[in-house]
Amino acid sequence: MSDTPRSVRQAPLDDLARWLDDRLRLAEGSRRYLRKAFPAHWSFLVGEIALFSLIVLLFTGTYLALFYTPDTNLVVYDGPYVPLQGREITAAYESVLRLSFEVRAGLLMRQIHHWAALVFVAAIVVHMLRVFFTGSFRRPRELNWVIGVALLLLAFAAGFTGYSLPDDLLSGTGLRIGYSVLLGIPFIGPLLGFIAIGGEFPGVGVMPRLHVMHVMLIPAGLIALVGAHLLILVRQKHTHKPGPKATERNVVGEPLFPNQTLTSVALFAFTIAVLSLLGGIFEINPVWLYGPYEPFQVFAPSQPDWYMGWLEGLLRLWPAWEPTILGVTIPSTFLPGVVVPGILFGIVFAWPWIEARWITKDRAEHHIAQRPRDVPMRTALGVAGLAFLIVIFVAGSNDVIAADTATGLQAISALLRIAAFVLPILSGWITYRLMVRLRDSHEPVTANEPTDT
Amino acid sequence: MSDRSRVEEARARRAREDRATRWAAAAFGLAILAALALLGVYLAGGNTQAEGVLLFLTFAAIGLGFGIWVKVVVGPEEIVEDRYPMRSDPEERQAFEEAFEESLDEVAVGGRRRFLVRLLTGVGASLGLALAAPFLSLGPIFSRDARNELFVTAWQRGRRLVTPEGEPLRPTDVIPDQLVTVFPEGAGNPADAQAVLIGTQPGRLDVGSLPDPAGVVEGLVCYSKICTHAGCPVGLYRAAAGELLCPCHQSTFDVNRGAIVLSGPTGRPLPQLPIGVDDDGYLVALGDFTEPVGPSFWNLSQGSRRGGSAE
Repeated sequence: MSDTPRSVRQAPLDDLARWLDDRLRLAEGSRRYLRKAFPAHWSFLVGEIALFSLIVLLFTGTYLALFYTPDTNLVVYDGPYVPLQGREITAAYESVLRLSFEVRAGLLMRQIHHWAALVFVAAIVVHMLRVFFTGSFRRPRELNWVIGVALLLLAFAAGFTGYSLPDDLLSGTGLRIGYSVLLGIPFIGPLLGFIAIGGEFPGVGVMPRLHVMHVMLIPAGLIALVGAHLLILVRQKHTHKPGPKATERNVVGEPLFPNQTLTSVALFAFTIAVLSLLGGIFEINPVWLYGPYEPFQVFAPSQPDWYMGWLEGLLRLWPAWEPTILGVTIPSTFLPGVVVPGILFGIVFAWPWIEARWITKDRAEHHIAQRPRDVPMRTALGVAGLAFLIVIFVAGSNDVIAADTATGLQAISALLRIAAFVLPILSGWITYRLMVRLRDSHEPVTANEPTDT
Repeated sequence: MSDRSRVEEARARRAREDRATRWAAAAFGLAILAALALLGVYLAGGNTQAEGVLLFLTFAAIGLGFGIWVKVVVGPEEIVEDRYPMRSDPEERQAFEEAFEESLDEVAVGGRRRFLVRLLTGVGASLGLALAAPFLSLGPIFSRDARNELFVTAWQRGRRLVTPEGEPLRPTDVIPDQLVTVFPEGAGNPADAQAVLIGTQPGRLDVGSLPDPAGVVEGLVCYSKICTHAGCPVGLYRAAAGELLCPCHQSTFDVNRGAIVLSGPTGRPLPQLPIGVDDDGYLVALGDFTEPVGPSFWNLSQGSRRGGSAE
């Protein structure tokens, strides 16, 4: 083509792009996305780590699903793991042992999958903390905050159903506790429990149900919500840090192409690299050591994956209250297992509205991220909430701490009960004073504050 | 700035980019080698650790290559993009609302429309209920027996206590400080029937404090093994203190005093299984547990919808 300008290159990929544009009119809308501004600060990349972990989870999980059998019928183990040879175990557990010991690359995939799940939740939490403490959930981003919290809940569900699938002694114990909490809900508990597992524990056909949730329903929900999360992000554009050029009417950052794209590719590769190293070198969830699940067996210490630790801690710390009022028993697990987590997540979900109504009284649209000192009360309450979560998370290991420190379990639990009240108040108060002093001792970084759009 | 220094600066930048490009190329080269090595390890029989390290090297090299590329070759670039307010322009919004209303008016007129919408809401709600109902099939909730499951176990009067392996027990098989997990004979070790048979230390068992004082045999007492808190097996026995400890949430029960709660989060004692000895000298149950076993549920105390299993 003689009339092609010199700067336009000729390559097979370019031909394909033009072929597509001929049919889909893509160039017109896509051009401005090449120059979409992406804030160049590391803290904006944490959410991407969560996204990349999810992609790793989907790929490794698909591989695992090709070898896993959600079947609780008993088979006699005759594989290479000597301690279990000749034992009657479920086909589900047997398939995980086979995957771990006989399928080439199987154990690697399994361990990368498990590590990726832990990193996935951790990245979501850190991302959420960034969004919280910088006020990036404020109007117009309330919707994406809510979707984000829902994603965290789905990540919990994915993790819980996932580590229940191997049908080993630890996973069966987790399932047992989950069922018990469900059973304890007044009036509808027995109905819910029976519907969940098909009868009284251990129920019938639990594994197929967990399996279909773990490999189909929950991933579908995750993908749909992540998609919505990203679409809304593009539509609303990023928040950005306060700075000399940043205003409420612009976005300052690096162009999406090439800078941000290459940065993201690099981050994706590093995420996979770290997960691979963890999965290859660091043993995780060695289900063969736990043995098959038997309802009358358990081992100590029994502990869930880290992101369930706060729930476990609440169950452990809660005092032994089980009142029966007018013939209706309120089981001891109901408040710590259902009501308190429900209230906590209710507050987190509603936070953008709670804050706008009672704390900042600010319902205007905002695009410049705040510094924690800008709203001392939010930062203080956030730190207090975090302190509470950390105390109950530590309580989830009270038996391990007791064993390691040779201190009585009850002394530690009593201490943690006090700490669950004192530490949030103390840390919240200190944070508040600190933030107020910081705020009053410095000029704002940007001239655009305060804003009223 | 002189032409000369400008030329030199351009040359220096060029050299820096050249160097960076070479490093990026080296990184991608390493990625190729590591990936091929990974393939080799897999084909040679596989090794989890080696594969993990090689996968790490491959992707770390890729990340490094892209990192050098973007940081040095592409270099930092700051752009400022305009933002739009999220709300549509008032005219746009109004125009849409008008157009929408107009279209609706074509569908139905005035009050009729509201009536139809209400009816359709009803359709949605009733259809939703009808379509959600089949989820009830997931649990056995329609038969009375199934609903009674929480209140009864397979223990019956005269049923022998056997080990998980099916061995029946005589009172002399269990010595003081010993704990044996028992099931009803011939029932296939159902989870809700698991119980612990404990040999208490001589003279320490406070028989009067048990729910069923007659249901003990020579210092042997039997309780449900399912924690009344969250249902874990109460597997740890501190013989010296006579305490049963649940390893999940650390509820402790006093074996010598009707398994009352000493500490921990649970709200009620472990139910007792009354035991006796049959004509052949084996330990048997005298009936079902004294209360529903396992984690509490709301109508636990209204209970006893027990079938006539005790006779």
